[in-house]
Amino acid sequence: MNKPLDPATLSPAVTGERWRREYAEQIGDDRASENRSGIAIKALYTNDDWNASRYDADLGYPGQEPYTRGIYATMHRGRTWTQRQLIGLGTPAEYNARLRSLIEHGATAISLIPCNSVFRGYDMDEVDAELLGTCGVVVNSADHMDTCLDGVDIARMSCAMNDPSPFTLLAFLLAVAKRRGVPFASITGTSNQSDYLSHYVANHMFFRIALPGARRILADHIDFCTRNVPRWNPMSVVGQHMQQAGATPAQAMAFTLATALQNADDCVARGMDPKTFLPRFTFFFDISVSFFEEVAKFRAARRLWPRLLRERYGVDDPKSLRFKFHAQTSGVDLTRQQPLNNIARVTVQAMAGIFGGLQSLHTDAYDEVLSCPTEFGARIAVSTQNILREEAHLTDVIDPLGGSYYVETLTGQMEDEILRNLATVQDAGGMYAAVESGLVQRLIGESARRFQAKVESGEETIVGVNAYRVDETANDRPAVQGVDDDAVRGHLAAFAAWKAARSQVAVTKALDDLARAANAPRANVFEHVVVAAEAGCTHGEICATLRRELGFGHVQAMV
Amino acid sequence: MNIVPKVLVTKIGLDGHDRGSRVVAAHLRDAGMEVIYTPPWQAIDAVVKLAIEEDVDVIGISSLATDHRIVPKLLRALKEAGLDGVAVIVGGIVPDADEAMLIEAGVARVFHPGSSLDDIAEYIRSIVPALRRVRSIDWKEEADA
Repeated sequence: MNKPLDPATLSPAVTGERWRREYAEQIGDDRASENRSGIAIKALYTNDDWNASRYDADLGYPGQEPYTRGIYATMHRGRTWTQRQLIGLGTPAEYNARLRSLIEHGATAISLIPCNSVFRGYDMDEVDAELLGTCGVVVNSADHMDTCLDGVDIARMSCAMNDPSPFTLLAFLLAVAKRRGVPFASITGTSNQSDYLSHYVANHMFFRIALPGARRILADHIDFCTRNVPRWNPMSVVGQHMQQAGATPAQAMAFTLATALQNADDCVARGMDPKTFLPRFTFFFDISVSFFEEVAKFRAARRLWPRLLRERYGVDDPKSLRFKFHAQTSGVDLTRQQPLNNIARVTVQAMAGIFGGLQSLHTDAYDEVLSCPTEFGARIAVSTQNILREEAHLTDVIDPLGGSYYVETLTGQMEDEILRNLATVQDAGGMYAAVESGLVQRLIGESARRFQAKVESGEETIVGVNAYRVDETANDRPAVQGVDDDAVRGHLAAFAAWKAARSQVAVTKALDDLARAANAPRANVFEHVVVAAEAGCTHGEICATLRRELGFGHVQAMV
Repeated sequence: MNIVPKVLVTKIGLDGHDRGSRVVAAHLRDAGMEVIYTPPWQAIDAVVKLAIEEDVDVIGISSLATDHRIVPKLLRALKEAGLDGVAVIVGGIVPDADEAMLIEAGVARVFHPGSSLDDIAEYIRSIVPALRRVRSIDWKEEADA
C-alpha cells in the first residue's frame, strides 16, 4: 500500500530547496548566460520572480491599458497581421509586372523599395549604371510611379513606400493620384523609413542633406499629410536600422522611442496638436533570433509607449496610445554558410514577432545573404508566415506567452533596460542632440564589436559559422538572380529622351519655388516637393535643390 | 623586422551600411595595424588619392548592396595612377559569379559573411611584405629615372 505523501515535503520552501540542491549537483560547471541586451538569464523562473497578483498592473486585457497583451481587443485572432513583403528590383515596368502578379495571388497591400540611387538622392543618370536596379526599383519621376502602379487601383490599395526624406515617392504617388482623379483623402499607406535620425545613425541611406534640413522636412511632411492625406502614416520611426547596425534589442528600442519623442516634440514646437499626429505614428523594428528577448522587447515597449505619451503630452485617446509596429526578421542573423538553415532562423524570428504582437511582418528570404532575394526565396518567406498562422495556429490565442514567469520577468527587465538607455539619450539632450554629438553612433558601434567578439570567441554560437561547419562550394549554394542590364539601359535611354521633351519652363519654375520655400522658414517644403513632382521635376533635381538650399550632410567617420 | 600593415577601410558606391567596415577597421587597429577609415560613399578618385597620400598596403572595400560591381573601376583607376603593390580586398555580400569576376579583375581576396576577423588580419599580414617589395622597386626605378 502506498504511503500518503506528507504535505510538508511538498511545500514550495522544501521542494524549492531540494531543486536548488539537485540542480547544483547535476549541472556541474554552470554556464553564465546573458541575453543580447546584457540581462542575466537564470535557469528557472518561478512565482518568486513574477506572480498573478501583479496581473492587473502589469498585463490587463488586450486593447486596454497598459496594452502589454496587445493594442487591439481581437489582436491576431481578428485581422492577423499584414504580410508586407518588400519588393523592388529593376525598372518600373518590371516592378509593375511583379506587383500585378502578387495582386493576382491575393496581395492586398503594396510595398515599394527604391534603388539605392533613390535613397541617396540621385537620378539614374548621375550614378554608376552598374548599380541601377540591383537593390530596388529605379523611380525618378511621377511618370515612373505611374508605370509602377499601372493597372493598380491606388484608391483601394495601401501603399507602403520606403521613402526617406524628402519623400518624393509619396509626392510622385500624389501626382499620379491627381492624374487619375483619385482624391488625396482616399490614399492610404505609410512613408516607411521616414525617420531621418535612424538614417544618420545607422544605415546612412539618406540624400546627404544636413541634419537641420532633414529635421524640418520631416515636420513639414507630417504637417502636410495630417492636413491633406489624412489616411497616410507619415511617420515611421525606425529601430530596425539601429539594431541591424549593432544596437542591442533594448538599445534599439530605447533609441527608437527617443526618436519618436524627438519627432513629436518637433511637431509640437511648430504648433501642431499631438492628438492630430500621434495616431499616425508607426514603428518599424528588427526581430533577431534571440526569441524570448524579442518577445519581451515588444511587450515592454507596448506598455511603455502610452506611459511616456501621457507623461509628456497629456494625451489619453487610444488611437494615440496604441503602439503600432511593422517588423522585419533580422538579416544580420542569416548565414551564407548552409543557407537553407536560414529558413529555420526566419521561422523563429517570425514567431518572436508574432508572439510580440506585431501588426505587420516582412520575413526575409533565406537567400538574402547571398544576393538580392530570388522569387523562389521570397515565396518560401511568405509561406513561412502562412504556415505559422494556418498550420501551427499561432493566432488562435491572444498573447499566448503572457503569464509565463520567465516572459513576464523578462518583459519587466527589458522595460528597465529600455528606460535606462532612454535616460542616457534624454540626459544628452534628446535624440537629435545625441545623434549630432555622435553618442548614439558610438554606443551602437561598441555593441556591434562586443557581439562580434562573442562570435569570434565562440561564446555566441552561429551554426555553420563558428560551430557545426561543413565544407561547401559554390555548387552547394542556390543560384542568384541578376539584373537585366538591357532593361536598365532602355530605362536610361527613355529617361534621357523624356527629360529633353518635358516643359523646361515648368520644371525651372517649380524648382525655383522649392528653393524659395526652403529659405522661407514658415513655408512647407514638402508641399513644394509635391508641386515639383506634378510639374515633371525628377527626384534628383528635387534633392539637389534641397541639398543646395538647406546644406550638405556628412556621416561622422567613427570606428 | 616588425611590419605594421597600413590599411584603408572604405566603402564606394551608394550603400551606407557601415557595421561591417566599422567592426573590421576596429579589429585591424586593435591587431596593431595602421588603419585609415572613411565614411561610406567615397568616390573612386577620392579612394585612389587617399591610397597614394597615405601610402597604404591594402584597400579594404566593404560591399553589402552590390557596390562591389564597380570595384573593377577602382582597380583600373589605381592602375592608371600607377599604384602597383597595393592590394584590394573586398568584404561583404558577393555572389559566387561576381567573386570570379572580381578576382579576374585583380581583387586579391573576397571575404564573405561569417569570415573571422582574425583570418582577415592574418591574410593582410601575409601579403604585406610582398606588396612592400613591389612598391620599393617602383620607387627605386623612379629615383633612377
